[in-house]
Amino acid sequence: MDIAELQAYGFFTLTALMVVVLYGYIYHLYTKKKDADGHDYEDYSNIALKDDISDTPVSAISEHKEK
Amino acid sequence: MENRPLEYDYTVAKMFMLTTILTGIVGMLIGVILAFELAFPELNTILGQGLAEYTNFSRLRPLHTDAVIFGFTLSGVFATWYYVGQRVLKVSMAESGFLMFIGKLHFILYVVGVAAVIFSLLAGVTTSKEYAEFEWPIDIAIVVVWVLFGISIFGLIGIRREKSLYISVWYYIATFLGIAMLYLFNNMEIPTILGANGIGEAGFGNWWHSVSMYAGTNDALVQWWYGHNAVAFGFTVPIVAMIYYFLPKESGQAIYSYKLSLLSFWGLMFVYLWAGGHHLLFSTVPDWMQTMGSIFSIILILPSWGSAINMLLTMKGEWQQVAASPLIKFMVLGSTFYMFSTLEGPIQAIKSVNAIAHFTDWIVGHVHDGVLGWVGFMIMAALYHMSPRVFKKEIYSKSLMAAQFWIQTLGVVLYFTSMWIAGITQGMMWRAHDEFGNLAYSFIDTVTVLHPYYTIRGVGGLLYLVGFLMFAYNIYKTMTSGRRVEESELQSASPMGA
Repeated sequence: MDIAELQAYGFFTLTALMVVVLYGYIYHLYTKKKDADGHDYEDYSNIALKDDISDTPVSAISEHKEK
Repeated sequence: MENRPLEYDYTVAKMFMLTTILTGIVGMLIGVILAFELAFPELNTILGQGLAEYTNFSRLRPLHTDAVIFGFTLSGVFATWYYVGQRVLKVSMAESGFLMFIGKLHFILYVVGVAAVIFSLLAGVTTSKEYAEFEWPIDIAIVVVWVLFGISIFGLIGIRREKSLYISVWYYIATFLGIAMLYLFNNMEIPTILGANGIGEAGFGNWWHSVSMYAGTNDALVQWWYGHNAVAFGFTVPIVAMIYYFLPKESGQAIYSYKLSLLSFWGLMFVYLWAGGHHLLFSTVPDWMQTMGSIFSIILILPSWGSAINMLLTMKGEWQQVAASPLIKFMVLGSTFYMFSTLEGPIQAIKSVNAIAHFTDWIVGHVHDGVLGWVGFMIMAALYHMSPRVFKKEIYSKSLMAAQFWIQTLGVVLYFTSMWIAGITQGMMWRAHDEFGNLAYSFIDTVTVLHPYYTIRGVGGLLYLVGFLMFAYNIYKTMTSGRRVEESELQSASPMGA
């Protein structure tokens, strides 16, 4: 097996793996609906809508540190 | 020390807004000149034979493309980053002297780079690689500018208050990483002064001149891997970043599905990088690579439409806003043009269609419905939304904005329809032959037939330029004479004067 053939198998394997990972991620998004911190993904839209500097962050860095 | 409440600092955003408008005018003006040169070739020497070197099509063409890509679009990306970045990370640039310094340095070096590009391209100094025409000293300057942009992005992320990165930030990061990788690899080049020929003579050419490190087909492959992904990470990814922020913000509507935005992002990242091979169909690159370019181009419809549909559905139940606000019109039509050109591109990448479309004006039409309808509309909409916030003034005139919208829409429609007809006519005429296989037409026959369409394209481009000048005037008047607005008026829909 020469380097070109190895590259071809490597490319195919990587592509297949990434397809699985991508579909796995989509499955995760729609079944769990929440991320590891317990925030509903849809709440993150508010990061744009409530973006004044005095607004409360959707998921504050400080809140994370206290955990 | 006085105790003022913390505010976002838009100093650097304002600087880049200025270059967005200036380079936009320059790039589009040259584009219109080029369009009319194609329709009326005598314009190539309009300033006389002595200056023909500076007015002919081939000298001006890279100036047009590079002014629009690296001038107008990148300035727009930087301007919006320095605005959106602070807001969605909930941190002000005023909080970090270092990031403020980097931001200003980023702007200054960017302007120096743009000046060097304009001067060198006008002087005819070029590497002759499309969209990568800059010689090595300018490449190095651009890399420095890009690194400063990266420091700004990751610096701001480093001091953020919002833990989760909003979807737009992901797109800005992808823009940074994508362009960094593409630009470095495609511009690997050797200054000729360091080289030697077969008999040992060294030091050829001017000190700034270089040749690509890749040869032949390899060079073509790397070039179109770069060329197509420059569209991906320059014209698609950062513009999606903009619409994901500005459309929800201006309309006051949450994104239709945040989850869809995440999966479209990763889908786009996964697929886009493999599609560049479609620029080399029927060329000397391996057949499997051409096929892969076609297949990935078609799959690309999915993540592209995922984002576009997400944007249109964000307006669900609020469609009256499209009728009421010219600013929303720009974004909704921009999103529609995005859907349209991301369907058109994959169709052109199918081998049998490409056999007709390749090298014709249809390709030029495709690029322009994307850049005029999607990129241009979205960047102008972003600057319109930002203006009242950064200048604390009401947008000068809503009716001027509405008039601009319709003039430019007409311009885009004239542009792409004329190029469709021209391109398909051209493709069919090139292939036509008699029963013995003799070509039916010579090249000049096609040129004669295409003349009216080239003229219509010129008119379309001119309308778009007129609209852009109206935009520049509207922003200038907003800055200088708009009514002052209170913070409370800036929650969602932008305040506009009559």
